[in-house]
Amino acid sequence: MEILLQQIINGLVLGSMYALIALGYTMVYGIINLINFAHGEVLMVGALTSWTIIGLMKESMPGTPGWLVLIIALIIACIVAATLNFVIEKVAYRPLRNSPKLAPLITAIGMSILLQTLAMIIWKPTNKAYPNLLSTTPIEVAGAVISPTQVMILSVTAFSLVVLMWLVNYTKLGRAMRATAENPRVAALMGIRPDMVISATFIIGAVLAAIAGVMYASNYGIAQHAMGFLPGLKAFTAAVFGGIGNLAGAVVGGILLGLIEAIGSGYIGSITGGVLGSNYSDIFAFIVLIVMLTLRPSGLLGERVADRA
Amino acid sequence: MKNSKNLALYVLGVVAVLALPIFLQSQGNAWVRIADIALLYVMLSLGLNIVVGYAGLLDLGYVAFFAVGAYLFALMGSSHLSDTFPWFKAMFPNGLHTSLLIVIPLALVVAGVLGVMLGAPTLKLRGDYLAIVTLGFGEIIRVFLNNLDQPINITNGPKGITAIDSIKFWGLDLGKAWKFDSFTISSVTLYYYLFLALVVATIIISHRLQISRIGRAWMAIREDEIAAKAMGINTRNMKLLAFGMGASFGGVSGAMFAAFQGFVSPESFSLMESVMIVAMVVLGGIGHLPGVILGAVLLAALPEVLRYVAGPLQAMTDGRLDASILRQLFIALAMIVIMLVRPRGLWPSPEHGKTLQRKGAAAPGAPVAPGSLQTHAPGIETPADELPGAASRPMSINP
Repeated sequence: MEILLQQIINGLVLGSMYALIALGYTMVYGIINLINFAHGEVLMVGALTSWTIIGLMKESMPGTPGWLVLIIALIIACIVAATLNFVIEKVAYRPLRNSPKLAPLITAIGMSILLQTLAMIIWKPTNKAYPNLLSTTPIEVAGAVISPTQVMILSVTAFSLVVLMWLVNYTKLGRAMRATAENPRVAALMGIRPDMVISATFIIGAVLAAIAGVMYASNYGIAQHAMGFLPGLKAFTAAVFGGIGNLAGAVVGGILLGLIEAIGSGYIGSITGGVLGSNYSDIFAFIVLIVMLTLRPSGLLGERVADRA
Repeated sequence: MKNSKNLALYVLGVVAVLALPIFLQSQGNAWVRIADIALLYVMLSLGLNIVVGYAGLLDLGYVAFFAVGAYLFALMGSSHLSDTFPWFKAMFPNGLHTSLLIVIPLALVVAGVLGVMLGAPTLKLRGDYLAIVTLGFGEIIRVFLNNLDQPINITNGPKGITAIDSIKFWGLDLGKAWKFDSFTISSVTLYYYLFLALVVATIIISHRLQISRIGRAWMAIREDEIAAKAMGINTRNMKLLAFGMGASFGGVSGAMFAAFQGFVSPESFSLMESVMIVAMVVLGGIGHLPGVILGAVLLAALPEVLRYVAGPLQAMTDGRLDASILRQLFIALAMIVIMLVRPRGLWPSPEHGKTLQRKGAAAPGAPVAPGSLQTHAPGIETPADELPGAASRPMSINP
């Protein structure tokens, strides 16, 4: 029972990070129908930037409390990631809006490789130990253990989600985003500038990705140039799982995927009698994806889009 | 007059391709090796071109079939199985050392069947969804290759399978150099000719497919699946056929790769490889054979050549910019820049644009009148502009 509870907690933490990344994917896909393959790399850049900032601050201001350092690093990482994603959209995606559909996909993949390469040149291709800035005393809940970092991840994610929902539902920008996603041409006739809205979407997505990146790095205590790719892929899976283009779907999909992955890798050994071990954990996301798309291509909360996707 | 000129050009081209390894050989075998790898990539890209270029099914897990072919040959052409299983050793004391004439058809069939099997559940999906599902398939296969050393050691896990036979047929061994008096033809050169023969066969098959009824049906599906169905094309079978045929080319190239390298490990079949092959097809000119070949040769060979200029650069940048990073940087920049400059690829099919253009729709790449709605209507691709699948209306992001 304790194992189950523990895995549920781990799954929620993992899932909330997937949800943050998935939101960026789903917003971009909802508006311009592009799988932004470079999204995971934005996460990586966010994490590595924060690692650099933390290192600098530890050197210059050794007395600063850990949580403050983390917040400052987080804010700077968000700014860097937002600028980066804004530039990526301008340079690599915007000129190709009216091109064959595969062209932006290829530039997105190219951008992903380019960012990884640049990160290797800037930060060197080694694993970096990501410092734990919060207290390490674990909190015990009914036999299971939560670390303060995990508590922070859950609360930051919840906060970000609330802010995003408010942004999309109750602000002018949010209304413009929804209108553009519905029909850019009509939105343009109504006085909305789709280019601005798309830029804003990329910036918001990048901020969420950078937050997820910092969380990811502090959870695993490690940061490196290739760290963004797999979470990015799984987050896209989560977005599809929940119904792509649907914000609530991305959150639900992300959390469910995290739970499936954590519980699956916790129990796969005992279920299969030791034939398959937890080293197969990476395949759960893809199996879920394939099953989901075969049974219900529109995702859990999505509208029917199979023919159009 | 013009015809004889063309003929002369063809003959010149054939002679150049045949003489290339002999010339390269004098500069060192490393160069011939690059040419060999380039030929393997040409074969892979042509195989993927059937799936992506003709049928319009974006497959990002193509490297899985390459892996299957490679592991098939690795298991059949090394002593791994008889080392691991006593009963196998009892049956074949010297290990299976299968001849090329069995391996090529077997790799073709196994990969083809696997292609159909992986294609079947995804028939309903198109475009990006299909891309992401096939990508997932590729990853699943790689995870299994990486972990199938326990509890039964089949793939030897991340260590990979070593000491794979070189290719032997009719008493010839391509793994050894041939010597005629003072003149030597090295092993890599022999492989070059084998791969060249296979590439030529692939080109002929691809070309015949393209102008056949099957090819026409694929292209009809690519342009408009619903219309194709209405015209009586069995879209399900045609798509499965495309998956199967494309995969079988991947399987054969995989087997050749294993024999050529003498070593396979899951590292060679990462997602990056799939992406590279898609990039070759798209950069060269999707659906157009010369374009695809150009894309494959360019992306496979040029980065290798770059290795030779990497030394001084590495010294200049304090060791940060080594050969592999430079290669990756080059590939990434090539992908972005070529797509921005020529979104239809370097050498697109001349008739492709014609069938896609609609009266009234802006020609691709044509400047849009300033102030017209087109500049403000991102995301809506006019149907004329789309290649595979059609996402006519963007989705809602309403929560």
